[in-house]
Amino acid sequence: MTESSSQNTNVVAGELRAWNPKAVGEVIEFRGETTIVVPRELLLAAAQRCRDEAALQYNLLTDATCVDRFPQEPRFELNYHLVSIPRREKIRLKVRLSGDDAVVDSLVPLWPGANWLEREIFDLFGIRFSGHPDLRRILLPEDWEGYPLRRDYPVEGFRDIPSGGSLYRKSSP
Amino acid sequence: MTVVETAIGTAKTMVLNMGPQHPSTHGVLRILLELDGETVVKATPDLGYLHTGIEKSCEDKTYSQAITLTDRMDYLNPLGNNLVYCLAVEKLLGLEIPKRAQYIRVMLVELQRISSHLVWLGTHAIDLGAMSVFLYCFREREEILKIFELFSGQRMMTSYIRIGGLALEPPAGWRQAVERFLKMMPSRVDEYESLLTENRIWMGRTKDVGYISAEDAIALSMTGPTIRAAGIAYDNRKFFPYSSYEEFEFDIPTRTDSDCFARYMIRVAEMRESLKIVRQAMQKITDQGAIRTDAPGIVPPQREKMKTEMEALIYHFKIFTEGFSPAPGEAFVTVESPRGELGCFIASDGSPKPLRAHFRSPSYINLQALPKLVEGQLISDVIACIGTIDIVLGEVDR
Repeated sequence: MTESSSQNTNVVAGELRAWNPKAVGEVIEFRGETTIVVPRELLLAAAQRCRDEAALQYNLLTDATCVDRFPQEPRFELNYHLVSIPRREKIRLKVRLSGDDAVVDSLVPLWPGANWLEREIFDLFGIRFSGHPDLRRILLPEDWEGYPLRRDYPVEGFRDIPSGGSLYRKSSP
Repeated sequence: MTVVETAIGTAKTMVLNMGPQHPSTHGVLRILLELDGETVVKATPDLGYLHTGIEKSCEDKTYSQAITLTDRMDYLNPLGNNLVYCLAVEKLLGLEIPKRAQYIRVMLVELQRISSHLVWLGTHAIDLGAMSVFLYCFREREEILKIFELFSGQRMMTSYIRIGGLALEPPAGWRQAVERFLKMMPSRVDEYESLLTENRIWMGRTKDVGYISAEDAIALSMTGPTIRAAGIAYDNRKFFPYSSYEEFEFDIPTRTDSDCFARYMIRVAEMRESLKIVRQAMQKITDQGAIRTDAPGIVPPQREKMKTEMEALIYHFKIFTEGFSPAPGEAFVTVESPRGELGCFIASDGSPKPLRAHFRSPSYINLQALPKLVEGQLISDVIACIGTIDIVLGEVDR
């Protein structure tokens, strides 16, 4: 499994490098999975390359999700999982975003299915997707404050907690 | 929750609020339907009524504690959720699972697939007016739940699949119980088919309803029976085999008409295929053998050893107090749930709790295609379409 995966890595990284040497920032191999780190500006074009190139054919965007590595910077990592149904291969594209400029191009023009995936990330992490047709909260109420899946958001949420001295104190978000 | 924008003028159309409390949504899904007479012009699903923050809760639990949370997402497929989570953690840890445990996992997950399809078929039929199918389906589902109860002590939230193997040794008499079910089930599937497949009302309600082309289905990231009904034989059990699925012989049913009827036929055919897999798994499962891998510090030691060996006692204490710490890294595993591709993404930072646990839930992503299926159809077809997407709201909202 690892062998075929590393062959696959070479194919994808090679194709992307041949197209634009800057497109492949880093290649990570872990437990037979391949991750290609793509610079933010090139994400949309690199994903299009992955989808349309005859040697790659990653036609299914199966998942998109985010990891918050707070307090490290760049804190956000977006992971896009692509599957090539004709080639039976998987790949992960990763984009790193800093906390004060968490904006990335939307993949909805390539895969309409990215719509709700990106809305979920926007809802729970507060990352903005430029070019998204309908960037609204999806799981939480519209008037929710904050982004609960960020690491600096407590698991039990912000609420009145008992503390020394006064009976209840409003914890500040 | 959502402000509705109408596609065409307000004079011609009316907006109908369907749900969140509607029997055919099987949970709390709200759909805003813009209607022109009886025709749907625009459909806007509105979710989040069942959002419980399971992904966030996972970050505050040790790896083994989080298993019980996974049961509660897709409550018709708890074993499949256990499996995908455990496979992801096992991948992070680089664990090998004993073959016997792998086969038992396969057998149980396939039984779960049948039970999930039974609930789907029963509720879908009742939505479309066929009352008796519902009763028959739930009768057979009960038999499967009894098998789960035998194995794990629980009917639904089993948490039977654990990191490194299984929770318990299979109980005495499990073979007879599964055997009995296998003997009974094929004729029961024929029974459902004789009630529905050539029934003219059923065909009228489902044929040419909710069509989606293969290209659109892929572009919308659809997976599972919905994409196989569109002619694409994408199934994780064949494409990316896990838990020794490559050793089993079974077919992936596909059709090309891609309507509600095709999706119904696919699921019925899948029940028969699952029976084939269960039968093969029964032959492969030996009576003796390990059900857990030997990984001190990760997999709890046997009770016997804890009473005789000091190391075992220490490991037991450490596993249940501080947990274990996988190496920093990420793992993404996908399995074929009854609804489609169920994925689990786990990022570890080297601490005993996951940095991030994300579940790619097939219901959530397939539901996104609902507007595509129903726009231009009649309002009664919306119910057929929601039914054949087969959503579980616990999984949609997580």
